[in-house]
Amino acid sequence: MTEVLFFFEVVLAGLLAGTMYSLVALGFVLIYKASSTFNFAQGAMVFFAVLSFVGFMELGLSFTVAFIVTIMLMVLVGYSTQKLVIQPLMNQSEDTVLMATIGLGFVLEGLAQAVWGVEVRRLDLGIGDFPIQWVVDSTGLFISALDLTAGLVAGVLILVLALLFRYTKMGLGLRAVADDPGAASSIGIPLSNIMLLVWSAAGVVALVAGMLWGARAGVQFALVDLALKALPVLIIGGFSSIPGAIVGGLIIGSTEKVLEVYIGPYFGGGIEVWAPFVLAIMFLLWRPEGLFGEKIIRRV
Amino acid sequence: MKQRTEIMGYARGDFVNFLVLMALGFAVIPMLVSSGYWYSSILIPWLCLALAAVGQQIVMGYAGQLALGAAGFMAAGAFACFNLILRVPDIPFFAALGLSGLVAAAFGVLFGLPSLRVRGIYLMVATLASQFFIIWMIDKFGWFKNYDTSGIITAQDIVIFGRTFSSPLEMYLIVLVVTTVLTVLAVNMARGATGRNWMAVRDMDIAAESMGISLLRTKLQAFAISAFYCGVAGALFAFTYLKSMEPVAFDIKLSFDILFMVILGGLGTISGAFIGAAFILLFPVVLNTLGNQLFHGMIDATIISSIELVVFGVLIILFMIYEPLGMAKLWENLKQKVRSKPAAAQEKLAEP
Repeated sequence: MTEVLFFFEVVLAGLLAGTMYSLVALGFVLIYKASSTFNFAQGAMVFFAVLSFVGFMELGLSFTVAFIVTIMLMVLVGYSTQKLVIQPLMNQSEDTVLMATIGLGFVLEGLAQAVWGVEVRRLDLGIGDFPIQWVVDSTGLFISALDLTAGLVAGVLILVLALLFRYTKMGLGLRAVADDPGAASSIGIPLSNIMLLVWSAAGVVALVAGMLWGARAGVQFALVDLALKALPVLIIGGFSSIPGAIVGGLIIGSTEKVLEVYIGPYFGGGIEVWAPFVLAIMFLLWRPEGLFGEKIIRRV
Repeated sequence: MKQRTEIMGYARGDFVNFLVLMALGFAVIPMLVSSGYWYSSILIPWLCLALAAVGQQIVMGYAGQLALGAAGFMAAGAFACFNLILRVPDIPFFAALGLSGLVAAAFGVLFGLPSLRVRGIYLMVATLASQFFIIWMIDKFGWFKNYDTSGIITAQDIVIFGRTFSSPLEMYLIVLVVTTVLTVLAVNMARGATGRNWMAVRDMDIAAESMGISLLRTKLQAFAISAFYCGVAGALFAFTYLKSMEPVAFDIKLSFDILFMVILGGLGTISGAFIGAAFILLFPVVLNTLGNQLFHGMIDATIISSIELVVFGVLIILFMIYEPLGMAKLWENLKQKVRSKPAAAQEKLAEP
């Protein structure tokens, strides 16, 4: 019986860790949905956002003020990116834009470290990263309070974004732009406003993801590499689907943990590093558009 | 219009350039440069990384496949070479080098398979798997490192025909010979039928297929040859530059560096790989020296390296916006400008 319980515990821990990947993947999806641009800099945005947040707190700002100031900063980053990088590349190929966003990532990483320094910071959100006692007592499962919070925050964020896309005029406009930017702008949908909104939203999502990750692993450069994990999540979930980012994150998180715990020991462990990527490759061969993505149709 | 002279199928200008470069590399540099620092810290890593960049150039610039994992193949080559020399008695160094390239090429084919179904960012993720997998494999299985407990192993001496090559100049000459041979081969492949197939697949794969070019063969061939170049470059890098080998030396950062050499140097030109490698290698040195000169050590080294990141990023963005074909194209433009100056001036005079 304890073995079954242990298995569930592993899966659950994986699912909760997966929501962290989902949060980063969500930032990618937002931008991809609106502009078919793959923003490789999302990981760097996570790092930039949370490092700035911690930096502002160290300057003496309160939690709330630092949060608001960082959001304003991220909106500014989004605005400048849209104006200085994405707009000039409007008619270039997808690969060109992708490479430009890799450049953007380097700019953000470098700027963050030049301004705030390179040492690892601690971020205390007041939520412990230890098992919740009453859950342990009643079910025997060890669930970290931080993981649970991350899961809840991710859920709320998804819900808000999904509602925003579904029921607001802005959301409708965004979907129109995603379908056909030319047609959308010709009927008077303000393209640049929509893009600005999307980049800002991606910035806010990056901040939230960074805060949750930073609380667990410390605010440090490794966050950027960790964000690479969002790539397999996107492949499994589909690049343009918000629910896909969540489901993909859950699949990657849980599979990765199960493989690590049950198969990893045969190979000396550490297979978490590549297992998600191999999983993504296998998935690609079976269903390149992802679980929730639109079918990729290529015409000559 | 000047008459185009050809020597063995090449324009005379190219032939002369080649001879000048060879004379420079094999004769002038060894005569002028005597300090070991220049060989072991600049020329040797430059040639090794440029060779890896040629590999990246083949798969990305010529065949148009967005791959990110050159450092993984370099690691495969480096550790294959170490093990071949360790386990095969009396294997000639160049044979070991070639076989290391083949080992890397096998990995290249394996991880190039997804390219048959996907492209762009999807392919990038698939190739990242090779990067992480190869490094993990070398790290986790003691056999690859001959069960060395420290995790850092020392590359063997390079012995050719019973003679040990160890001085910086000798190392440089070995690297130069290998780089020259492989670069000449790469130029010929790129100009010949092989290269035209790659470019056809890059520019319009479905059209290429309908003309009878096998996508399967062409793409996997590009991945294999690219990984071969990276593997040989990795082995050279480890044996002549690093000298001690650990998997961490070939991490994702190096893969990004090689990607940038190709992007900044210029996609689809072999010379771009060399220009890009020189830039990526020398730029931090220049920035550091400049920083120290201007601020006399008042600025922390970590801040300088952060600024380095920013400048790299900005450069990549600027090149993507203004000159996606990179520095090689800038150089071409400059030459064109100088050449057409008299003509332009005459045109101006002709205007009323």
